[in-house]
Amino acid sequence: MSFFSFGQSAEIDVVLTDAETRKKAEHKTEDGKKDKYFLFYDGETVAGKVNVTLKNPGKRLEHQGIKIEFVGQIELYYDRGNHHEFVSLVKDLARPGELTQSQTFDFEFTHVEKPYESYTGQNVKLRYFLRATVSRRLNDISKEMDIVVHTLSTYPELNSSIKMEVGIEDCLHIEFEYNKSKYHLKDVIVGKIYFLLVRIKIKHMEIDIIKRETTGTGPSVYHENDTIAKYEIMDGAPVRGESIPIRLFLAGYEMTPTMRDINKKFSVRYYLNLVLIDEEERRYFKQQEITLWRKGDVVRKSMSSQATIGAQRFEGSKSSVSSMLDLKCRA
Amino acid sequence: MSDPTVADTRRLNSKPQDLTDAYGPPSNFLEIDVYDPQTVGVGRNRFTTYEVRMRTNLPIFKLKDSIVRRRYSDFEWLKNELERDSKIVVPPLPGKALKRQLPFRGDEGIFEEAFIEERRVGLEQFINRIAGHPLAQNERCLHMFLQDESLDRNYIPGKVQPSSDPEARCA
Repeated sequence: MSFFSFGQSAEIDVVLTDAETRKKAEHKTEDGKKDKYFLFYDGETVAGKVNVTLKNPGKRLEHQGIKIEFVGQIELYYDRGNHHEFVSLVKDLARPGELTQSQTFDFEFTHVEKPYESYTGQNVKLRYFLRATVSRRLNDISKEMDIVVHTLSTYPELNSSIKMEVGIEDCLHIEFEYNKSKYHLKDVIVGKIYFLLVRIKIKHMEIDIIKRETTGTGPSVYHENDTIAKYEIMDGAPVRGESIPIRLFLAGYEMTPTMRDINKKFSVRYYLNLVLIDEEERRYFKQQEITLWRKGDVVRKSMSSQATIGAQRFEGSKSSVSSMLDLKCRA
Repeated sequence: MSDPTVADTRRLNSKPQDLTDAYGPPSNFLEIDVYDPQTVGVGRNRFTTYEVRMRTNLPIFKLKDSIVRRRYSDFEWLKNELERDSKIVVPPLPGKALKRQLPFRGDEGIFEEAFIEERRVGLEQFINRIAGHPLAQNERCLHMFLQDESLDRNYIPGKVQPSSDPEARCA
């Protein structure tokens, strides 16, 4: 921002080399709006041009150096001052001097590591951006361009089903089963609920998908729970021996891959919450974590030479466990 | 590993249901009726009692069909016991109607037919809600209220253990 009407000023803009061909992805901004940004994957090169356009042609622009940075950072909303940069690359485009006319500078950040997925949440934001800066004595001229990064995975080798028996002693015993423990974002949850004992008057049953964002460490940990979906799977009173099928398509919901302890700053985890409601509106529920991952689209020729699909390691998941009395009741 | 493009959404296998389970009486039968209000006593010592009849097939209740007589203050006693001893949120009782007990009213006060009926409905809703709560079913006070001839207010509060019950053992 320049208070003086005399002197020279300039506009900067950043243009990617592959702006015509590169795909864009939608991403939510902090105030909830959706915008489109260029989509990158881990290992891809980020290249383009920085255009510095002088506002008053004919006048010289003195500067302390021109550079472009590629930054990946985590920003906690309750601690805005501190940005945690986990990727920070810089290319100097011009040494301190002066520009007599508008100029364009090429840049290339080769095979940049982008270890985490872009995320805008309730209390935390992880973003990647290019920042071109013309340094000056009094005030810099700079421009940021956000990009979006997706982390891809392939089908996990180990993906056991989740099967458990839970209940309240002498009142309600059920066995629930979900066909996998790891689902990709366009996957289908196939499962069933089997009733072993029904001594309460159930009215209906639903499955909720809950997203839990955890920020902070040690004594100050914040959990933000958000119910992404509520899906009724049964209407009416079941009896012993009945089996209720579950078929829940995930593609319809806005979700991100599971993020565990990203740069030791935050986590985003997903849970299936099975809820039974009785005739007096009492709720009986059982929560179970699932792992979500992002499947790559069919790899196009232009990308295969650059993209390195990150292989994520998943922890081993629980196989069938029998445990009773794990169903919680809330009046 | 081949990359399936269409997910397998076929139902998971499940045991076929036993027909006696499918068409037999459900295991959650519990009905409590509060009816037949009777006003006993004379003058200022009058009070109203209601018949409380419980029918159930839940194994935790000793009697499958029981009838007792209770008055409003007995319901209050039960509410207090449950609020103190159990972890549940106890539903509200119909009002105490203190205003109706003041003298110089134009009507019968708490012995008005319409008021008694309103109270009867409230008490019935209250007891059905309570008795269906899994955590309340363990309380000694509830069993005494529903199935003992009279309330022993000097009882020892505690939990009821379910009697050994073949259906409770899971497959």
